[in-house]
Amino acid sequence: MRDAFITRLAQRASENSRIDLVVGDLGFGVVTDFAEAYPLQFLNAGVAEQSMIGIAAGMAAAGRKVFVYSIANFPTMRCLEQIRNDVCYHGLDVTIVSVGAGLAYGTLGYSHHAVEDIAVMRAFPGLTIYSPCDPREVTAAVDAICETSGPTYLRLGKNREPVLHATPPDVASGAPLLLRDGMDLTLFVTGAIAAVGLEAASVLESDHGVSVRVMSVPRIKPLDAGALVGAAVGTRGIATLEEHSVVGGFGSAVLEAFAADGVRLPVLSLGLRDDVQSAVGSQEYLRNLAGLSVGEITERLLRFR
Amino acid sequence: MCSQAGAAHVGSSLSVIDILSVIYGRVANVSAASMDDPERDIVLISKGHAAAGVYSVMAHAGFFPVEWLDAYCQDGAALGGHVTSGVPGVELSTGSLGHALPFGVGRALVAARAGSTRRTFVVLSDGECDEGSNWEAALMAAHHDLANLTVVIDRNGLQSLTTTELTLRLEPLAEKWAAFGWAVSEVDGHDHAQLLQALDRRHGRPSVVIAKTIKGRGVDYMEGQVPWHYKSPNPDQLASAVDQLRGNA
Repeated sequence: MRDAFITRLAQRASENSRIDLVVGDLGFGVVTDFAEAYPLQFLNAGVAEQSMIGIAAGMAAAGRKVFVYSIANFPTMRCLEQIRNDVCYHGLDVTIVSVGAGLAYGTLGYSHHAVEDIAVMRAFPGLTIYSPCDPREVTAAVDAICETSGPTYLRLGKNREPVLHATPPDVASGAPLLLRDGMDLTLFVTGAIAAVGLEAASVLESDHGVSVRVMSVPRIKPLDAGALVGAAVGTRGIATLEEHSVVGGFGSAVLEAFAADGVRLPVLSLGLRDDVQSAVGSQEYLRNLAGLSVGEITERLLRFR
Repeated sequence: MCSQAGAAHVGSSLSVIDILSVIYGRVANVSAASMDDPERDIVLISKGHAAAGVYSVMAHAGFFPVEWLDAYCQDGAALGGHVTSGVPGVELSTGSLGHALPFGVGRALVAARAGSTRRTFVVLSDGECDEGSNWEAALMAAHHDLANLTVVIDRNGLQSLTTTELTLRLEPLAEKWAAFGWAVSEVDGHDHAQLLQALDRRHGRPSVVIAKTIKGRGVDYMEGQVPWHYKSPNPDQLASAVDQLRGNA
């Protein structure tokens, strides 16, 4: 995803000299070409996230369209008040890009696991959140961000995620995007864990005769309850899936949107247990420990059906 | 204003008022008429709690009607207890400390890259030099030789509970900024000629003016007294303060 991001951003920056890329001393081998091609549109803010976001806000106030790039929780939680007071309070055109959504940084441990970031960032008024599921959605998200203005959070996986969309998707409308059709249940999924959701759907179909409609939701704020309900029409229940704590994440956002509109539909929320993950292991190993294995997702969807 | 509204931070407002008068009145190329001018100078008030002082100076500099001051901190008023953008002339909402300098570095960096002559001024309290974000930004400003960036520190020596030196020792403050690569000058923060001279002087790098001030300046019972970070004057105290300030003026 990060290659799709930087490739698209570099293209947009070549067309629009107002685009700046600010990095928090991260992106070795990723941002180098951009820095060399567009030195006056690039800034390394150093290992100083509070200052980085404040600087980005000042640059945006001076008319720049600023992308801030870092990893894990560093460009979100480490500088949360700068995001709130400097960027969101003033509605500035700053996009915070973080690589390493969920458990992507596996063995680097809990300090590097972005598993509460959606909950935290979702609370800010006026902040748009994109959480793409594959490289094609990343490209589309960069385009959507470049066509609009305002505080944005772009939550990326890591790299070399499989392409799940057959054609370039439209993420700007906010409508859920079909990854696999089905008639029994609708599974709304955000982020790279979509690949696991598709595997579970495949097992449910082949082993249990249960047909699951899998839809990616790349834009999780603002969230359109009507569009979600519309996308689930004809199925008997809705489940959500995310690589993020079940507290305050995408599933919570769906439930809040339904509650606000008085939607009466059963919803099953699948995500990471509300727990500090101290085990050592790869992303796949940790996903399995945390309840996001294909087997466990399959079983919970079967029971919910 | 503070008395009528029962509002706090009158001491912080009085310590910074001469600094603001010189910046808005004499140095910064900004006025109500130039707020849409992309080449106007940028003034950022990091110590947003000094709103009463800031708004008084800005009203008299013509950014908005002086009558607005009468409704300060009243329900539905234009002017609240921390400096807020949306008020004509205010560039950045503040209130949490350590925010305006990084923002000012971003402003100054864009101006420098564009070859603009505009200057950015950031007014800090001394207590907020405790904030790490300021020192992060200080490194950045010096690294990029942002000669168009000027910080003024309202060095009144007091912070929320006691003196700055009993809280987190700041001295030697001038040497700290110099070590970070800034051009440093120290002036009497109530002497307009000294402030003017220090703010007009250009350097090839970012500059900081450490302005020695007295918290609660001009009112004998407030001067140097920590409680006036919080208290608002009762009617008798207000009458005495106004008499003293008129006498001083």
